[in-house]
Amino acid sequence: MDQQVKDLIENELNDNEVCLFMKGTTDAPQCGFSMAVINMLKILEVNFKGINVLENQQIREGIKEFSEWPTIPQLYIKKEFVGGCDIVKEMYENGELKKILENKGINFKK
Amino acid sequence: MAMNLKEIEKHIKECLPDAIVEIQDLAGDGNHYSATVISSKFFGKSKIEQHKMVYSSLKGKMGNELHALAIKTKEK
Repeated sequence: MDQQVKDLIENELNDNEVCLFMKGTTDAPQCGFSMAVINMLKILEVNFKGINVLENQQIREGIKEFSEWPTIPQLYIKKEFVGGCDIVKEMYENGELKKILENKGINFKK
Repeated sequence: MAMNLKEIEKHIKECLPDAIVEIQDLAGDGNHYSATVISSKFFGKSKIEQHKMVYSSLKGKMGNELHALAIKTKEK
C-alpha cells in the first residue's frame, strides 16, 4: 500500500477514538450496511467520525488492505478494528459492543 | 457481474469442507446475499477471524463480483 494512504488512514485513527469508514456521509449514507452501523452508533449516542470512502478512491481501496477486510463499512474503536456491519450488529444485539465501548473508555448512552 | 448462489456455496465448502452453508438471495438480483456458515474450523477463533475465513474462501470476489454478502458464522 502507498505510504501516503497508510499515513492518511493512521492519522484518522489517531485523531478519532471511534472511526467509521463508510459509504456516504453520516447524515446521508449511501449504502444500507453503512446506514445500519451509523444507526447503532447513534442509538448508543457514540461520538464518531465518519470517513466517506466514496470521496477518496485511495482510502476506499487502502482501508481494505489495511484491515485485511474486503468490505465497507469498517468500524474502528481506539485504533482497533471491530468489524463490518454483520459483526457490529451481532455485538450490538448481544451486548458486546457496549462492553468494548466501556472497556475502552468511550462515552455512550448506558 | 454477479455470482450465483451455488457458486458461493461451492467456494465456501472448498475451504471449509465440514461446513453447513445456508445462502439466501436477499433481493433476488444475484447480488445481495446472506450466508450462514457453521463449521468446526471456527472453534477458538474470533468473529473477525471467522468472517475472514469465509471471505478468503471467496478468493477476492467479495467486493468485486459479489457486492453484498451478509455473513453469520457459528461453531459446530
